Amino acid sequence: MSAKFETRDIVVPGDLLYEGRARTGDNTYRREGNIYATRVGLVNYGKDRVSVIALEAGFVPLVGDLVIGTVTDIELGQWKINIGAETEAILTTNDAIDKPFRTYLDMTKILDVGDTIVAKIVDLDRNRTPILSILGHELGKARDGFTINITPSKIPRLIGKKGSMINMILKETHCQVTIGQNGKILINGRKREDEELVVKVIRKIEAEAHTSGLTNRIQEYLKEIKEHKK
Amino acid sequence: MSKTKTKTKRKSRKKFLRVDGRKADELRTVKIETGIIPNADGSAYIEMGRNKIIAGVYGPREMHPKRLSKPNKGVLRVRYHMSPFSVDPRRSPAPSRRDTEISMVMTDALEPALFLERYPRSVIDVFVEIIQADGGTRCASINAAAVALVDAGIPMKDLVAACAAGKMDGNLVLDLGDYEDKKGEADVPLAYMPKLEEVTLLQMDGILTQKETEDVIEMAISGCKQIYEIQRDSLKKKYGMIEKDDESLEDELEEPEETEASEEPSEEPEHDEEEDGE
Repeated sequence: MSAKFETRDIVVPGDLLYEGRARTGDNTYRREGNIYATRVGLVNYGKDRVSVIALEAGFVPLVGDLVIGTVTDIELGQWKINIGAETEAILTTNDAIDKPFRTYLDMTKILDVGDTIVAKIVDLDRNRTPILSILGHELGKARDGFTINITPSKIPRLIGKKGSMINMILKETHCQVTIGQNGKILINGRKREDEELVVKVIRKIEAEAHTSGLTNRIQEYLKEIKEHKK
Repeated sequence: MSKTKTKTKRKSRKKFLRVDGRKADELRTVKIETGIIPNADGSAYIEMGRNKIIAGVYGPREMHPKRLSKPNKGVLRVRYHMSPFSVDPRRSPAPSRRDTEISMVMTDALEPALFLERYPRSVIDVFVEIIQADGGTRCASINAAAVALVDAGIPMKDLVAACAAGKMDGNLVLDLGDYEDKKGEADVPLAYMPKLEEVTLLQMDGILTQKETEDVIEMAISGCKQIYEIQRDSLKKKYGMIEKDDESLEDELEEPEETEASEEPSEEPEHDEEEDGE
């Protein structure tokens, strides 16, 4: 009946976190009545629940997630989209165009292999394959910009408390940034330097996601770079 | 065995040093770095003596060819490959029988540590490339691959550490190098999950008595435990968490709110069901 670490200590897979009765939270498993970690991360002892905040984790699709993906294949009436999950996602024609699909419509004219799309996960089928939709506000084919990847587990830090971090970056750099829950980020700015600055900041956030006072540090970092330019 | 022989043996054991100047139960210097391949999901580099090995992990991702995937669980696919320049004389870059076998052996050694049942119809790819070989590459490869798997964010029951032990000139020795591997009487590579206390790989090449076998296995396990600590440190080092003063710890305590209260669905992407007693 005791905790083996202190809250926010770093743990690696296999570490005994708790002896005795408690519920297993994220990134933990139970063996012989004790709780062990399954991922490298920061341990968190909550009210009768032990969990690990993962520092490295893959993307697990959930209904409602905004994702960014690339078209990898065209099949009869559907596109295959790589969103970085364990299986490829499916986008059907009735989730892609706002009118009935006619045989004279050319699927490659709507989306072609290699296109990047911003989509929403609307469903998971019985095989847990994500079903996407690009009908909606600010969804659809990305016509401009480029994507970068970060670890999906660090997306919450990039967004920050009530979007504080990302709003600050948007304000300071005047770029359009779309964050997919799958760790892909679409960046589109007017100037190349602005885009480079966004990439730089995102890489810094990724590297320091587990530290505290990050938003303030990033703000200073942005200020520093701007002054340096002047 | 004559009396005189045992006497000399006992004498020599006292100041017994190996070909490379190590003591009988001494590991080679081990250095592990994580996250060295930016385009891989997880990666690690290990230097174990003069072995230099890179491991990269990709996945879980869609399996190609699809017929090899399994409907009820994921597949771990390991590719062990020795670079042509890793040994002298140069070897053919084509995968040999030995490469194929070690790939299989590594798959079997790493699989017990993974929750493959969580990833049906997908594959976790591990690529191991030997840049420089100096005996005991399969053990070093397992060490690197285990760290790379953790770095890729793949849930694991425990780390896997591997180490060989064997017999050279009548002495039991730990972590055999290339020379001892070839000239020695026996070589026992062993992979071990230190927290689960389970052996996942045990091979033997050579001749040992029953007593010696037991001793060698014990020796190898103690070596695995030493390597496990190095693996842990390498993972922690990536986040600069080895030395931590109390002040920074207090700061961090305020942090979780920030993560939880973000506007967009910001829950940890991991939402696996609780794993209850096995």
